[in-house]
Amino acid sequence: MVATASKCRVCKEPAVIDLPRHNANFCAEHFLELCRRQVTKAIEKFDMLSMDDRILVAVSGGKDSLAVWDLLIDLGYQADGLYIGLGIGEYSDVSGEYAKNFAAERGLHLITIDLRSEYGYDIPTAAKATRRVPCSACGTSKRHLFDKAALDGGYTVLVTGHNLDDEAAVLFGNTLRWDVEYLSRQLPVLPARNGFPKKVKPLVRLTEREMAAWCVVRGIDYLVDECPMAVGNKHLAYKAALNAIETESPGSKAAFYLNFLDNMAPLLSGRSLAAGEELGACTECGSPTTSDLCAFCRTAQKARAHDPVPVELVLSKGRRRR
Amino acid sequence: MKVLLRNPRREIELDGKFSVNSLLAHLDLPRESHLVIRNGTLVPGDAALAADDTVEIRPVISGGC
Repeated sequence: MVATASKCRVCKEPAVIDLPRHNANFCAEHFLELCRRQVTKAIEKFDMLSMDDRILVAVSGGKDSLAVWDLLIDLGYQADGLYIGLGIGEYSDVSGEYAKNFAAERGLHLITIDLRSEYGYDIPTAAKATRRVPCSACGTSKRHLFDKAALDGGYTVLVTGHNLDDEAAVLFGNTLRWDVEYLSRQLPVLPARNGFPKKVKPLVRLTEREMAAWCVVRGIDYLVDECPMAVGNKHLAYKAALNAIETESPGSKAAFYLNFLDNMAPLLSGRSLAAGEELGACTECGSPTTSDLCAFCRTAQKARAHDPVPVELVLSKGRRRR
Repeated sequence: MKVLLRNPRREIELDGKFSVNSLLAHLDLPRESHLVIRNGTLVPGDAALAADDTVEIRPVISGGC
């Protein structure tokens, strides 16, 4: 038996994790309690969910989406999952298995959508056809299909697994550009409007490291490997920069993002031009849009007209660019 | 000590005495973006690691797109 010096702040039993931002260590039981408390605090403060809501969780097979689904069920909410097969080679095949196994082991309902078989394209092909970075085609496709599935299924709220690191990194990028439009919309709750479902992010008070730890302690098997198409994106560079600051000054990420919500977001309220925009209906699918065709249908049309592109081709080009 | 690393998945053998924090520093890996799992159990930064331990160093950062 190897000695562990640090003790849980609550019960003084051996700790399993140190959290410098809380200046404390926790045993497994009290770490889980901390996570439940942080999620409950986010849900209550931002009026995210009620026990009567029909909740749809966007699930990728990674740690954050499986953790948020697990946390909501653990806290007594009713929540189904939605998995989208994006056609990113073996990565998508494996991620789908993690999502399906998680749901099956817990008797939860998982809706699955396959982009290639149901919509005639995949993300590598869309990236090539639109000549945009893969994350752009991926985000456009996922957002549209999440919204559609939530509305078609009669769900009252769509939940995503965005965590504190995700939100701090987006805030960092928006601040570097002083992008007031995006800053004014960077909130953990987006209310339902004009054909869009209510969207919430219950993990905004928890870090990526804490969510991975939640999965390890809870025995949740998730896809650890990174999406091959995300390698080298700006978002990851912002996270690395923020983590370097966090190491020197624990608590900086939480202060940066949560104090933005408390102190800056109210000053930007009502500044979003997009929020006041008149939206028409997409001539192809009927979704709300500012032009004739919505962004999803434009992407899908271009991708369907293109020969299928294997993921390796897009990866090798991306790596050459770096 | 057997150490499993990810992205890409690989295994290395290390000799010598390490704590979790000193192992991460030795491999030049930031504490904030990794978890260390010894013989299947999560361990904190000051835990001492033994020569016969099997340790997984798991990155926690994802693209978040």
